[in-house]
Amino acid sequence: MLGPHSAVVDPETPIASASTAGTRDVGGAYFVLAGTLLGILFVKAEVLTWYRIQEMFRFQSFHMYGVIAGALATAMAGLQLIRRFQLRSWNGQTIVVPAKLHTPLGIRYWAGGAIFGLGWGLLGACPGPMFALLGAGVTAITVAILGAMAGTWVYALLQPRLPH
Amino acid sequence: MNEILRQPWPWYVAGPLIGLMVPLLLMLGGKPFGISSNLRHMCAATVPCGLPFFTYDWKRQGGWNLLFALGIVLGGFVAARWMLPDGYATAIAAATQNDLHALGLGDLSGLVPAELFGWPALTTTRGWVTLALGGFLVGFGSRWAGGCTSGHAISGLAALQLPSLIAVIGFFAGGLLMTHFLLPLVF
Repeated sequence: MLGPHSAVVDPETPIASASTAGTRDVGGAYFVLAGTLLGILFVKAEVLTWYRIQEMFRFQSFHMYGVIAGALATAMAGLQLIRRFQLRSWNGQTIVVPAKLHTPLGIRYWAGGAIFGLGWGLLGACPGPMFALLGAGVTAITVAILGAMAGTWVYALLQPRLPH
Repeated sequence: MNEILRQPWPWYVAGPLIGLMVPLLLMLGGKPFGISSNLRHMCAATVPCGLPFFTYDWKRQGGWNLLFALGIVLGGFVAARWMLPDGYATAIAAATQNDLHALGLGDLSGLVPAELFGWPALTTTRGWVTLALGGFLVGFGSRWAGGCTSGHAISGLAALQLPSLIAVIGFFAGGLLMTHFLLPLVF
């Protein structure tokens, strides 16, 4: 755990997982397959369409709220089962549900979240749907992906000076 | 293929299936469900420029996530090609259609409006703003907030993380501001 005086502001640096050296990781093909399922779900749930995001932010349909609530329900149930039965991952690792780093005022979550929201309202796609749209043949989304990489890069540049 | 199988799925089918990604990735190898970190891995792989934020072993830490993103691209391809009806249009509310027409969009067919997401849109200001600025804000905001919709709104909220609740409130505040006040200025 990081102490309150730690200078580290990036909760993602131990991006990692619970996996430790010496254990075999599951084959990469499983992650490709899981991603493929998710890409199909993004299309079939219509969450990658710009239209549904506009509809959501205009409160004109329950669809997106239902998708998010439905996803939360099964995600929470899955986490409860993992905790309750102390399930281990495929390669026998204890599963640690990663926690988000609390910051005193949560500035990064308020401000970063609002900036993300401005982009979400405009582009109508968050990072997952961006990749799905690329596969769906909306090739101009490449401009948005490069834009998102540019945004990530500028964050990296400004990180030492931004409040968190 | 049967046209019924090609219809989009209602929220109560698709939503719960999306949520299963969280336990699935944990069971596969203790991986947290999140997608925007890929943008960081992609920068670390191509333009690290000596920045400390990009100085880590992206292949080792992000390899699985990049493969996951590759899968999402493949899934988008498969579903758009074989799992949607011919002449597909998103069945959005009539009120939304009216609002979008009022914003100056004529053609509301397909997954995204061609007037914003086609290559010719890049000859227009609103096309550039939508794609380039929209992408930039999503990339910058998700890194500052430490996650995007998948990492905060689904994984984080499911794990009852207060930071994620704050981030999701921020997502909606920004999205509402954009939709109701800024979009009419851009379009």
